[in-house]
Amino acid sequence: MDLSSINPVLLLASLMVAATPILLAAIGELVVEKAGVLNLGVEGMMITGAICGFAVAVESGSPALGFLGAALGSALLSLVFAFLTQVLMSNQVATGLALTLFGLGISSLMGQGYVGIKPPGTPDLDLPVLSDLPVLGPILFSHDLVVYLSLGLVAGVWYGLNRTRAGLILRAVGENHDAAHALGYRVTLIRTAAIAFGGACAGLGGAYLSLVRVPQWTDGMTAGAGWIALAIVVFASWKAGRVLLGAYLFGGIAVLQLNLQAAGARVPVELLSMSPYLVTIAVLVIMSADRSRAALNAPAALGRSFHAAR
Amino acid sequence: MKRRTLLAAALAATALAGPLNAQDPVTVGFIYVGPIGDGGWTYEHNKGRLAVEEHFGDAVTTIFQESVPEGADAERAMTQMALSGADLIFTTSFGYMDATIATAEKFPDVKFEHATGFKRADNVSTYSARFYEGRAAQGHIAGKMTESNIVGYIASFPIPEVIRGINAAYLHASRVNPDVEFKIVWVYTWFDPAKEADAATALIEQGADVVLQHTDSTAPQAAAAEAEGVITFGQASDMYQFAPLPRVSSIIDDWAPYYIARTQAVIDGTWQSEDTWDGIAEGMVAIGEITDAVPADVKAEAEAMIEAMRAKEYHPFTGPINRQDGSVWLADGEVADDGTLLGMDFYIEGIEGEIPN
Repeated sequence: MDLSSINPVLLLASLMVAATPILLAAIGELVVEKAGVLNLGVEGMMITGAICGFAVAVESGSPALGFLGAALGSALLSLVFAFLTQVLMSNQVATGLALTLFGLGISSLMGQGYVGIKPPGTPDLDLPVLSDLPVLGPILFSHDLVVYLSLGLVAGVWYGLNRTRAGLILRAVGENHDAAHALGYRVTLIRTAAIAFGGACAGLGGAYLSLVRVPQWTDGMTAGAGWIALAIVVFASWKAGRVLLGAYLFGGIAVLQLNLQAAGARVPVELLSMSPYLVTIAVLVIMSADRSRAALNAPAALGRSFHAAR
Repeated sequence: MKRRTLLAAALAATALAGPLNAQDPVTVGFIYVGPIGDGGWTYEHNKGRLAVEEHFGDAVTTIFQESVPEGADAERAMTQMALSGADLIFTTSFGYMDATIATAEKFPDVKFEHATGFKRADNVSTYSARFYEGRAAQGHIAGKMTESNIVGYIASFPIPEVIRGINAAYLHASRVNPDVEFKIVWVYTWFDPAKEADAATALIEQGADVVLQHTDSTAPQAAAAEAEGVITFGQASDMYQFAPLPRVSSIIDDWAPYYIARTQAVIDGTWQSEDTWDGIAEGMVAIGEITDAVPADVKAEAEAMIEAMRAKEYHPFTGPINRQDGSVWLADGEVADDGTLLGMDFYIEGIEGEIPN
């Protein structure tokens, strides 16, 4: 074993890149669930975002437009979910699963002409002095803009949910939609907006995969990242800061285990691969051990349909 | 009333259509482990399927299911395929082995063909290609071209096929460059572009300037293209979109002739359970163009080795070769037998690390 061949600075830098797609998707899903909607279609929205972003970036030659297209495309797809669950009152779990299957299918269809094409490169931020700093430079100041955008989104969502009136209303809708309705808030509209926001974030995450991290289009390329994002929201007990922690933990362990292997460490691969999930289960157990705390964390109206007449 | 009219019309239509396809076409099914657009392994199997369609025209219909997980789900997919009338089913991943055998027991009249496995039955054949021949050529080029003397290897599952590839590549790399070191990463997946890209990045960050992959997507190629001065080889498919750099050559699987021959055997009623293991000589393994990024003398040496394998004059596993623990596996001039190769579960001398189990 030769651990010295692992460069901790490069490791941290790749960890941030590896975690960005799930971070984006998870922070979006956090807002959706805070509004009381359980959207299991994250995987489908991510992969739709991946191909939308890829296609737009290839056609226009601009990665920025690609990310925009990804956000729009996935938001549009999530509005299908919103229409079904908020207007037609369909079951959220079943609809979310259907959305994943639908997203996988339609992305494969849309991607037919894009297999084996290289997307335009997304430039890394290159700050003249900061990027050259010995340790902090590669870790903090040499990523592409989307990494910073994802961090900004986490901060923004935290601030929005906890420090603004709009966030309070959104949480009220998620905790008790009947009360929110009685106060005159438009539950369906607020939830639809949250779902669209979640879709856009998932789309950005998918596009980050297809435009930066992999970067190419292949069928089924998200390979379960959406499900991990869902797990992270639960792991984070619906708190924005912990979503960041969770995403970097998952992404970090994924990168770390590959690096440990390459360095010849004798740690069983399986153990490392399953460790993030073990941590999630442990957190769930700890959370549900205390009933009052569990009730505090999960939005009370999560997954329940709302109808004004009832 | 309306519905009944519709039903009657549908029935009449079926009755009319019946005589038209009196000659029942043979249905050939394919179970794929990844999506057909993976650009690698499944992509090539699907090319074989399309070749069958083109060759037989209306006499054969093909069906396929992609991204079937290895495990319980695979048996369900195969059962479904057999129930929907498939006469011949190709199951194209090692992990389908037990599911193929189990399904074949339930459908004695359906023929099964399992790729890269070793379990057969009266209605189950196995077929595979001698990919290790291509790995030998890759190892030679890798050993000659690496400057850091570190070769990264993205391995999928610790099964004989993958271990054989690692051994063949290492053997030929170390013969031309005794200082070469292999860093092997097991990703436990055939297809996960993000993970494959991460693995390639991890290897490159740790100094590898050659990345070999035994996974199905082109993601490691893209990751290597990002880094500078790294070379790769196309896996299962040509992956020529990454030439001339980082992809300097490739192993291409050509399943089409085999699929056509086996389908023909079913049509003729001559199909028998067989074990096929073909290589460069038979055309099941092809080596993609070696680009000009490879120095001319290295290219010539690699091509000479490929030609020797094509003529069956050279076997990549020719002694002297020791096992990892230093004990003798093959004496000087001795050639490995297929049985040992098919069950290969050991590294050869010089490779560091252990095979996970």
